[in-house]
Amino acid sequence: MADDKEREGPDITVAEFHKKIKDAFEVFDHEANNTVDVREIGTIIRSLGCCPSEGELHDLIAEVEEEEPTGYIRFEKFLPVMTEILLERRYRPIPEDILLRAFEVLDPSKRGFLLKEELIKYMTEEGEPFSQEEMEEMLSAAIDPESNSVHYKDYIAMMVIDES
Amino acid sequence: MGSGTSTQHHFAFQNAEKAFKAAALIQRWYRRYMARLEMRRHCTWRIFQSIEYAGQQDQVKLHDFFSYLVDHFTPNSNHERDFLDRMFTEDRFPQGSEMEKFGDYESIEVPDNYTGPRLSFPLLPDHATALVEAFRLKQQLHARYVLNLLHETRKHLIQLPNINRVSTCYSEEITVCGDLHGQLDDLIFIFHKNGLPSPERAYVFNGDFVDRGKDSVEILMVLFAFMLVYPKEFHLNRGNHEDHLVNLRYGFTKEVMHKYKTHGKKILKILKDVFCWLPLATLVDEKVLILHGGVSDMTDLELLAKLDRHKIVSTMRHKTRKENGKQVKKEEANQKSSAGRPTPWFLPQSRSLPASPLRLGSLQAHRAGRSSSIPCGAARDAKELARQVRRSVDLELDRCRQQAGLPVSRGEEEASPCTPEADSGAEEPLEPTQEEWRQVVDILWSDPMAQEGCKANTVRGGGCYFGPNVTERLLQKYNLQFLIRSHECKPEGYEFCHSRKVLTIFSASNYYEVGSNRGAYVKLGPALTPYIVQYQANKVTHMLTMRQRISRVEESALRALREKLFAHSSDLLGEFKKHDADKTGLITLSDWAEAVESVLHLGLPWRMLRPQLVNSSTDNTLEYKSWLEDLAKEQLNRENIQSSLLETLYRNRSNLETIFRIIDSDHSGFISLDEFRHTWKLFSSHMNINITDDCICDLARSIDFNKDGHIDINEFLEAFRLVEQSCSEGNASDCPQTTNTNDNGCSKPGTH
Repeated sequence: MADDKEREGPDITVAEFHKKIKDAFEVFDHEANNTVDVREIGTIIRSLGCCPSEGELHDLIAEVEEEEPTGYIRFEKFLPVMTEILLERRYRPIPEDILLRAFEVLDPSKRGFLLKEELIKYMTEEGEPFSQEEMEEMLSAAIDPESNSVHYKDYIAMMVIDES
Repeated sequence: MGSGTSTQHHFAFQNAEKAFKAAALIQRWYRRYMARLEMRRHCTWRIFQSIEYAGQQDQVKLHDFFSYLVDHFTPNSNHERDFLDRMFTEDRFPQGSEMEKFGDYESIEVPDNYTGPRLSFPLLPDHATALVEAFRLKQQLHARYVLNLLHETRKHLIQLPNINRVSTCYSEEITVCGDLHGQLDDLIFIFHKNGLPSPERAYVFNGDFVDRGKDSVEILMVLFAFMLVYPKEFHLNRGNHEDHLVNLRYGFTKEVMHKYKTHGKKILKILKDVFCWLPLATLVDEKVLILHGGVSDMTDLELLAKLDRHKIVSTMRHKTRKENGKQVKKEEANQKSSAGRPTPWFLPQSRSLPASPLRLGSLQAHRAGRSSSIPCGAARDAKELARQVRRSVDLELDRCRQQAGLPVSRGEEEASPCTPEADSGAEEPLEPTQEEWRQVVDILWSDPMAQEGCKANTVRGGGCYFGPNVTERLLQKYNLQFLIRSHECKPEGYEFCHSRKVLTIFSASNYYEVGSNRGAYVKLGPALTPYIVQYQANKVTHMLTMRQRISRVEESALRALREKLFAHSSDLLGEFKKHDADKTGLITLSDWAEAVESVLHLGLPWRMLRPQLVNSSTDNTLEYKSWLEDLAKEQLNRENIQSSLLETLYRNRSNLETIFRIIDSDHSGFISLDEFRHTWKLFSSHMNINITDDCICDLARSIDFNKDGHIDINEFLEAFRLVEQSCSEGNASDCPQTTNTNDNGCSKPGTH
C-alpha cells in the first residue's frame, strides 16, 4: 500500500512516511495509547510495503522493544526505526518473476505444478517453516481439489491480482 | 571436475540450499500477502464501526433537535401547540382493565386456512419447540397468538425481581448469549448446537433481541415462549434496544408493522410495556453478574434491585420533574445564556459540527464496535409538555419585551407545575427519579475501556466508559467474581478485558456483513469457569477462504464508505479546493487523506484505505473533481436524480424516516396532511429553507399523489427532495410551484 513514489523532496518524504506509519500503527492501537501488541508488528511492517523474512522481523522487533520487553511496542520507538526502513527502501517486495523461479526450483522436472504433499513438505520443513494454520490457509486457496496440486503460475497470477 | 561423491555432495548440498532458499522466499512472500489481508480486515472493521458510530451521533443530533424544539419553539397557533403535544406525548400506560382491552386477542379470529403454529396456554415445552421449528420453516405466528403470548409474558415478567438470581445447583450448566438483533438463524443455530432449553439446560439471553435483523418478532416469540415454559431456567435481561423509541429508528417497529398490518399497533403497544418489565440483570451463584451494557463508578446494585423498573419506559434523555415554577424559569434562563454549552448543530450559524469533547477523542478511545444505538426521544407527560411549551412562549415574550426596553411584567407567579404527588393525585409518580434513571442507563449503555477511571459518554447522553479499577471496585464491593456483558460487536464473538474480569459476549454472527464476525455464547458450570463456543451461522462463509471472506466484507464496507463520501460531496469539494490554492484541479494524496477526515470525522486510517478508494495515480496527485464525479456516477446508477439532491437525501434519509415514524404515532404508515405541514415547518426551519405557510399547504396537497388526504413515507421523502430542488435552483423564498422543475417533479409519482 505504501508504494507511492515521493518526488517532492526528502523532508516532505519523511513527513509523508510518518503519516503513513502512524495510520498503519493506529489500526492496531486498540487502547488508543500509542502502543500495539508486539505480535502485530509484523503485520504493520508488511502492510507498509516491506517484505522482511521472519528472522529479519525478529531483529526488527528487538530494535523497537523496550529494554525489559513488555509485550507492547510503543509508537515513539517504532516510528524512527520504520521511517529509516522506508527511506532506505529495505525489505523490498519480491518481484513476480523471482517468485516464479522459486517455485520452479521446487519443481525441477518442470511439471508446472507441485503436489499438495510436496508443497506441505517444503513449506513446513524448509526455509522458515509455516505453522499449521498458515499451511492450511495456503492450501485452501492454492490447491486445486481435483488434481490435488497447485499450478503455481496461475496461483501467483491470482494472488497478484488480488493484491491490487 | 571433482571426484564423484564430493561433487554429488556438493550438488546435493547446493540443491538443498536452493530448495531451502526457494521455500524461504515463498514463505516470505506469502506472509507479506497475509499481513496485508489482515490489515485490510482490520480496516474494514474500523469502517463499519465508525459508520455505525457516526450513525449514532446522527441519532443524538436528531434527538437534540427535538429537545431543542420542545425547549425553545414558540408555536404560532394552538394547532401547532397541539401538534407538538401529540408528537412528543406518550400515551399513558393503560392500567389494568385498559390494558386488558389493548391485549384483547380473544376477539381476533384465526382463519381456518391458517397453517402456521398454534399456541394454547398454559404453554407446554412442545409448543415452544414447535414454534422454533415453524419459524425455521419461515412460517409466521398469527397476531392472535402473538398478543396472547405477549399478554402471558407480561404477567410473568411482572413477578420477577429486577435482578434475577440463578443457581448452578438446579441446572448444572448455564449458557449465556449476547445480542441477537433479529438474527433468527443464529438463535436456531445456538439451540441446535447447544441444545434446547430444559430444566437441565439453563439459558440467559442478555438483551438486544431486536432491531437491525429481519426476524426480531420471531426471536421474541421463541424467547418468551421458553421463558413461560421454563420460568426457573430461562432468563432474559433487558438491553438498550428493548425500547420502543430506539425501535423506531432501528427497524423493529418497521418489521412489526410490515408483518402484522392489521394488528401491529396493538402488538407494539403491549410490547412497549413488556420491554419495561424485563429484568435488568441476572446474578449467577451470587458470583457472576450478567447485564447488557456495563457498570459505572456509581452503580448501586441495591438501588437497582429496589427501584420500580417499569417506570423506565425508555432510556431517554431525562428531565427532572420541576419542583416549582420559579426554579424552572431560572433553569431555563440559564440554559439559554449558557456560554459553555456548544451551540446546537442545527442552528443556522453553526453549520459545522460542534467541537465537543465527544468527537474524535472518544471515537479513538473506543474502537470497540457498538452494536446499539443511543437514548433518544423525549416522551413526556402531555401536561408537562404543554406547560413547557407555554413557558417557552412566555419566556420568548419576555425577551422580546426586554429587547424593546419594556418592563418585564411577570406579575403573578405561574401556578407552579405540580409536584409529582399533587399532579397525579393519589397515584404513584409515573417517572423515575434522576438517580434511578441514571442507574438503569448506566447498566444498559456503558462500555468497558482500557484506561482507568470512569468517563461519562456525552454522545449518548447516558452510560459511561468504565475502566478496570471501576470493575475491580464493583466486584469487591459485592463479592463477585466477574461480569458478563454484551452490547458491543466483537470479531471473534467474544472478548475478555480488565484482566479477564469482564467478558463481552455477542451472539449475532455476520453482524455487519456475511463473514464480518463470529458469534459466540458462553457456558458456565458449577465452577463458574467460562467456556466459550464460537460460530458463524452462514454456510457460505465456511466454504470461502479467508481471502474471499475478507474481500466480501471489505467490498461491503467500502460500498458503505463510498456512499458516505458521496453524501458529503459538496463539503469535500470545498475542502479539496482549500488544498488547491493554485486551482490546478489537483491535490496530493496526502491532502486528500486530510481533507476527507476533516469532512467525515470518522477517524479512519485513510492512507491505508486509499488504494481502494482512489485509483492509483503514478505521480501522487489526484484530480479531485473527476474523483467526485466517479463517486456520483456509482451512486447515480441507481436513480435518475440530480446528484446534489441525492446527496442531501442520502445524508438525511434515516433522519427523515425516523421523523416520519415519530410523527406517525399510530404506526399507520401514513401521516395526515396537517401533520406533514407542521413537521415540514419545523424541519425546514432547521434546514434554513424559507417557505411560506401557503406554499407548504400547496406542497402538501400536491405531494398527496393519490389524493386521499394522507401521505406515506415515500411521498414524504419525495417531498423533501422537491423542495430542496426548488431551493437549489435559487428560488429560496419563492413558492415552489412557480418553478418548472417542481411541476416535473410532481408529475413523476413513480420515482421513489
